[in-house]
Amino acid sequence: MNAPLKITPAPVRKSIRVNVPQARAFEVFTARIDRWWPASHTLLKSPVKATIVESRIGGRWYQIGDDGSQCVNGFVRDWSPPSKLILSWRLNGKFEIDDSVESEIEIRFIAEAPNATRVELEHRITAVDGEAMRTAVDAPNGWSAILAAYAQSAEGKSE
Amino acid sequence: MTALADPTRRKVFERLRAGGQSVGRIAQGLPVSRPAVSQHLKILKEAGLVREERDGTRRIYEIDPKGLGSLRAWLDEFWNTALEAFKAEVEKDEESK
Repeated sequence: MNAPLKITPAPVRKSIRVNVPQARAFEVFTARIDRWWPASHTLLKSPVKATIVESRIGGRWYQIGDDGSQCVNGFVRDWSPPSKLILSWRLNGKFEIDDSVESEIEIRFIAEAPNATRVELEHRITAVDGEAMRTAVDAPNGWSAILAAYAQSAEGKSE
Repeated sequence: MTALADPTRRKVFERLRAGGQSVGRIAQGLPVSRPAVSQHLKILKEAGLVREERDGTRRIYEIDPKGLGSLRAWLDEFWNTALEAFKAEVEKDEESK
Protein backbone atom coordinates (compact mmCIF):
# COMPACT_ATOMS: atom_id res chain seq x y z
CA MET A 1 0.00 0.00 0.00
CA ASN A 2 2.81 2.40 -0.73
CA ALA A 3 1.45 3.62 -4.05
CA PRO A 4 -0.77 6.70 -3.82
CA LEU A 5 -4.36 5.69 -3.44
CA LYS A 6 -7.40 7.28 -4.93
CA ILE A 7 -10.61 6.45 -3.19
CA THR A 8 -13.79 7.61 -4.87
CA PRO A 9 -17.02 6.67 -3.16
CA ALA A 10 -20.30 7.05 -5.02
CA PRO A 11 -21.24 10.76 -5.08
CA VAL A 12 -23.75 12.10 -2.59
CA ARG A 13 -26.86 13.13 -4.52
CA LYS A 14 -29.71 15.23 -3.22
CA SER A 15 -32.72 16.85 -4.73
CA ILE A 16 -35.17 19.30 -3.24
CA ARG A 17 -38.05 21.31 -4.67
CA VAL A 18 -38.48 24.91 -3.59
CA ASN A 19 -41.50 27.04 -4.35
CA VAL A 20 -39.72 30.04 -5.82
CA PRO A 21 -38.56 31.04 -9.31
CA GLN A 22 -35.23 29.64 -10.56
CA ALA A 23 -33.37 32.96 -10.38
CA ARG A 24 -34.51 33.46 -6.80
CA ALA A 25 -33.38 29.99 -5.80
CA PHE A 26 -29.92 30.62 -7.27
CA GLU A 27 -29.67 34.00 -5.59
CA VAL A 28 -30.60 32.76 -2.14
CA PHE A 29 -28.32 29.75 -2.48
CA THR A 30 -25.32 31.96 -3.26
CA ALA A 31 -25.74 35.61 -2.24
CA ARG A 32 -27.67 34.66 0.88
CA ILE A 33 -25.84 31.49 1.82
CA ASP A 34 -25.25 33.26 5.10
CA ARG A 35 -28.91 32.96 5.97
CA TRP A 36 -29.24 29.21 5.66
CA TRP A 37 -25.83 27.51 5.92
CA PRO A 38 -25.85 25.53 9.19
CA ALA A 39 -23.90 27.70 11.63
CA SER A 40 -22.35 24.71 13.35
CA HIS A 41 -20.54 23.66 10.18
CA THR A 42 -17.51 25.86 9.87
CA LEU A 43 -13.80 25.36 9.81
CA LEU A 44 -13.34 28.53 11.82
CA LYS A 45 -12.51 28.45 15.50
CA SER A 46 -14.71 31.40 16.38
CA PRO A 47 -18.44 31.85 15.67
CA VAL A 48 -19.26 32.65 12.05
CA LYS A 49 -20.02 36.26 11.24
CA ALA A 50 -20.49 35.86 7.51
CA THR A 51 -20.36 33.26 4.75
CA ILE A 52 -19.57 34.58 1.29
CA VAL A 53 -19.61 33.08 -2.20
CA GLU A 54 -17.84 35.29 -4.74
CA SER A 55 -19.92 35.59 -7.88
CA ARG A 56 -17.43 34.50 -10.54
CA ILE A 57 -15.45 31.50 -11.75
CA GLY A 58 -12.25 31.31 -9.74
CA GLY A 59 -13.82 33.27 -6.90
CA ARG A 60 -13.54 32.06 -3.33
CA TRP A 61 -16.21 30.95 -0.97
CA TYR A 62 -15.21 31.66 2.55
CA GLN A 63 -16.29 32.42 6.06
CA ILE A 64 -15.39 35.26 8.36
CA GLY A 65 -15.40 34.74 12.11
CA ASP A 66 -16.44 37.12 14.86
CA ASP A 67 -12.76 37.56 15.69
CA GLY A 68 -12.00 38.64 12.11
CA SER A 69 -10.37 35.36 11.13
CA GLN A 70 -11.07 34.04 7.65
CA CYS A 71 -11.28 30.58 6.22
CA VAL A 72 -11.40 29.84 2.51
CA ASN A 73 -13.52 26.72 2.16
CA GLY A 74 -12.92 26.41 -1.55
CA PHE A 75 -13.38 27.98 -4.94
CA VAL A 76 -16.07 28.66 -7.51
CA ARG A 77 -15.47 26.30 -10.42
CA ASP A 78 -18.56 27.14 -12.42
CA TRP A 79 -20.78 30.16 -12.13
CA SER A 80 -23.73 29.92 -14.53
CA PRO A 81 -26.66 31.79 -12.99
CA PRO A 82 -29.46 30.97 -12.70
CA SER A 83 -29.00 27.32 -13.59
CA LYS A 84 -25.70 25.93 -12.36
CA LEU A 85 -22.97 26.34 -9.77
CA ILE A 86 -19.91 24.25 -8.93
CA LEU A 87 -17.93 24.78 -5.74
CA SER A 88 -14.85 22.97 -4.52
CA TRP A 89 -14.68 22.24 -0.82
CA ARG A 90 -11.29 21.54 0.70
CA LEU A 91 -12.68 19.35 3.39
CA ASN A 92 -11.37 16.18 4.96
CA GLY A 93 -12.72 13.63 7.38
CA LYS A 94 -11.58 15.65 10.34
CA PHE A 95 -13.56 18.64 9.10
CA GLU A 96 -10.37 20.51 8.29
CA ILE A 97 -8.93 22.14 5.24
CA ASP A 98 -7.10 19.40 3.42
CA ASP A 99 -5.94 19.44 -0.17
CA SER A 100 -5.42 15.68 -0.23
CA VAL A 101 -9.16 15.33 -0.49
CA GLU A 102 -10.77 16.50 -3.70
CA SER A 103 -14.30 17.49 -2.99
CA GLU A 104 -16.61 19.17 -5.43
CA ILE A 105 -20.27 20.20 -5.18
CA GLU A 106 -22.32 20.66 -8.32
CA ILE A 107 -25.68 22.37 -7.85
CA ARG A 108 -28.26 22.59 -10.63
CA PHE A 109 -31.33 24.78 -10.49
CA ILE A 110 -34.05 23.45 -12.75
CA ALA A 111 -37.13 25.57 -13.40
CA GLU A 112 -40.17 23.32 -13.15
CA ALA A 113 -42.76 26.08 -13.11
CA PRO A 114 -42.66 29.88 -12.86
CA ASN A 115 -42.70 29.48 -9.10
CA ALA A 116 -41.08 26.11 -8.58
CA THR A 117 -37.46 25.08 -8.87
CA ARG A 118 -35.85 21.70 -8.42
CA VAL A 119 -32.43 21.97 -6.82
CA GLU A 120 -30.23 18.98 -7.59
CA LEU A 121 -26.99 18.65 -5.72
CA GLU A 122 -24.14 16.24 -6.30
CA HIS A 123 -21.19 16.15 -3.93
CA ARG A 124 -18.23 14.19 -5.27
CA ILE A 125 -15.35 13.25 -3.01
CA THR A 126 -12.03 11.64 -3.81
CA ALA A 127 -9.29 10.99 -1.32
CA VAL A 128 -5.97 11.13 -3.07
CA ASP A 129 -4.18 9.46 -0.20
CA GLY A 130 -6.26 7.02 1.77
CA GLU A 131 -3.58 6.61 4.40
CA ALA A 132 -3.40 10.34 5.18
CA MET A 133 -7.16 10.37 5.30
CA ARG A 134 -7.23 7.57 7.79
CA THR A 135 -4.62 9.19 10.01
CA ALA A 136 -6.61 12.42 10.02
CA VAL A 137 -9.89 10.84 10.98
CA ASP A 138 -8.31 8.71 13.67
CA ALA A 139 -7.19 11.83 15.52
CA PRO A 140 -8.92 12.80 18.78
CA ASN A 141 -12.07 14.82 18.11
CA GLY A 142 -12.09 13.43 14.56
CA TRP A 143 -15.10 11.94 12.98
CA SER A 144 -16.33 9.98 15.93
CA ALA A 145 -16.85 13.17 17.91
CA ILE A 146 -18.42 15.03 15.01
CA LEU A 147 -20.67 12.13 14.12
CA ALA A 148 -21.76 11.73 17.73
CA ALA A 149 -22.58 15.43 18.01
CA TYR A 150 -24.30 15.36 14.69
CA ALA A 151 -26.38 12.28 15.49
CA GLN A 152 -27.66 14.07 18.58
CA SER A 153 -28.72 17.19 16.75
CA ALA A 154 -30.18 15.24 13.84
CA GLU A 155 -32.22 13.08 16.17
CA GLY A 156 -33.42 16.13 18.01
CA LYS A 157 -34.81 17.49 14.79
CA SER A 158 -36.17 14.28 13.29
CA GLU A 159 -39.80 14.27 12.29
CA MET B 1 -6.54 1.75 -8.62
CA THR B 2 -9.57 3.37 -7.11
CA ALA B 3 -11.15 1.26 -4.43
CA LEU B 4 -14.71 2.06 -5.40
CA ALA B 5 -14.31 2.50 -9.14
CA ASP B 6 -15.11 -1.15 -9.72
CA PRO B 7 -18.92 -1.52 -9.95
CA THR B 8 -18.99 -4.88 -8.16
CA ARG B 9 -16.81 -3.56 -5.37
CA ARG B 10 -19.10 -0.58 -5.05
CA LYS B 11 -22.05 -2.96 -4.74
CA VAL B 12 -20.23 -4.90 -2.04
CA PHE B 13 -19.59 -1.65 -0.18
CA GLU B 14 -23.16 -0.37 -0.62
CA ARG B 15 -24.44 -3.67 0.70
CA LEU B 16 -22.63 -3.04 3.98
CA ARG B 17 -24.46 0.22 4.56
CA ALA B 18 -27.27 -1.79 6.13
CA GLY B 19 -24.84 -3.16 8.72
CA GLY B 20 -22.09 -5.72 9.20
CA GLN B 21 -22.37 -8.98 7.29
CA SER B 22 -20.48 -12.19 6.62
CA VAL B 23 -18.88 -12.89 3.24
CA GLY B 24 -21.48 -15.52 2.47
CA ARG B 25 -24.30 -13.13 3.14
CA ILE B 26 -22.72 -10.36 1.07
CA ALA B 27 -22.17 -12.75 -1.83
CA GLN B 28 -25.86 -13.70 -1.91
CA GLY B 29 -27.51 -12.07 -4.88
CA LEU B 30 -24.27 -10.78 -6.35
CA PRO B 31 -23.24 -12.22 -9.72
CA VAL B 32 -19.76 -13.10 -8.48
CA SER B 33 -18.25 -15.95 -6.51
CA ARG B 34 -17.57 -15.89 -2.80
CA PRO B 35 -13.77 -15.81 -3.28
CA ALA B 36 -14.24 -12.82 -5.59
CA VAL B 37 -16.26 -11.05 -2.89
CA SER B 38 -13.48 -11.82 -0.38
CA GLN B 39 -11.00 -10.25 -2.75
CA HIS B 40 -13.12 -7.12 -3.08
CA LEU B 41 -13.44 -6.92 0.70
CA LYS B 42 -9.69 -7.20 1.07
CA ILE B 43 -9.20 -4.19 -1.21
CA LEU B 44 -11.90 -2.20 0.58
CA LYS B 45 -10.22 -3.05 3.86
CA GLU B 46 -6.84 -1.88 2.63
CA ALA B 47 -8.44 1.36 1.45
CA GLY B 48 -9.77 1.96 4.96
CA LEU B 49 -13.38 1.80 3.91
CA VAL B 50 -14.24 -1.52 5.51
CA ARG B 51 -13.08 -3.24 8.67
CA GLU B 52 -13.26 -6.80 9.83
CA GLU B 53 -14.70 -8.02 13.11
CA ARG B 54 -14.60 -11.56 14.44
CA ASP B 55 -17.76 -13.13 15.71
CA GLY B 56 -16.62 -16.50 17.04
CA THR B 57 -15.24 -18.28 14.03
CA ARG B 58 -17.06 -16.02 11.57
CA ARG B 59 -15.69 -12.85 10.10
CA ILE B 60 -18.08 -9.96 9.87
CA TYR B 61 -17.31 -7.07 7.53
CA GLU B 62 -18.63 -3.61 8.17
CA ILE B 63 -18.06 -0.06 6.98
CA ASP B 64 -15.18 1.48 8.87
CA PRO B 65 -16.78 4.45 10.63
CA LYS B 66 -13.47 6.28 10.60
CA GLY B 67 -12.79 5.88 6.89
CA LEU B 68 -13.82 7.88 3.86
CA GLY B 69 -17.08 5.97 3.92
CA SER B 70 -18.10 7.95 6.96
CA LEU B 71 -17.13 11.26 5.37
CA ARG B 72 -19.55 10.34 2.62
CA ALA B 73 -22.23 9.23 5.04
CA TRP B 74 -21.74 12.40 7.02
CA LEU B 75 -22.00 14.60 3.92
CA ASP B 76 -25.14 12.73 2.98
CA GLU B 77 -26.74 13.76 6.27
CA PHE B 78 -25.19 17.21 6.17
CA TRP B 79 -26.85 18.04 2.85
CA ASN B 80 -30.23 16.86 4.08
CA THR B 81 -29.98 19.39 6.89
CA ALA B 82 -28.47 22.16 4.78
CA LEU B 83 -30.98 21.84 1.94
CA GLU B 84 -33.91 21.81 4.35
CA ALA B 85 -32.53 25.01 5.85
CA PHE B 86 -32.11 26.45 2.37
CA LYS B 87 -35.70 25.58 1.46
CA ALA B 88 -37.02 27.18 4.64
CA GLU B 89 -35.02 30.34 3.98
CA VAL B 90 -35.78 30.71 0.29
CA GLU B 91 -39.51 30.21 0.79
CA LYS B 92 -39.73 32.43 3.85
CA ASP B 93 -37.95 35.09 1.86
CA GLU B 94 -40.41 34.76 -0.98
CA GLU B 95 -43.42 35.23 1.32
CA SER B 96 -42.07 38.34 2.98
CA LYS B 97 -41.44 40.15 -0.30
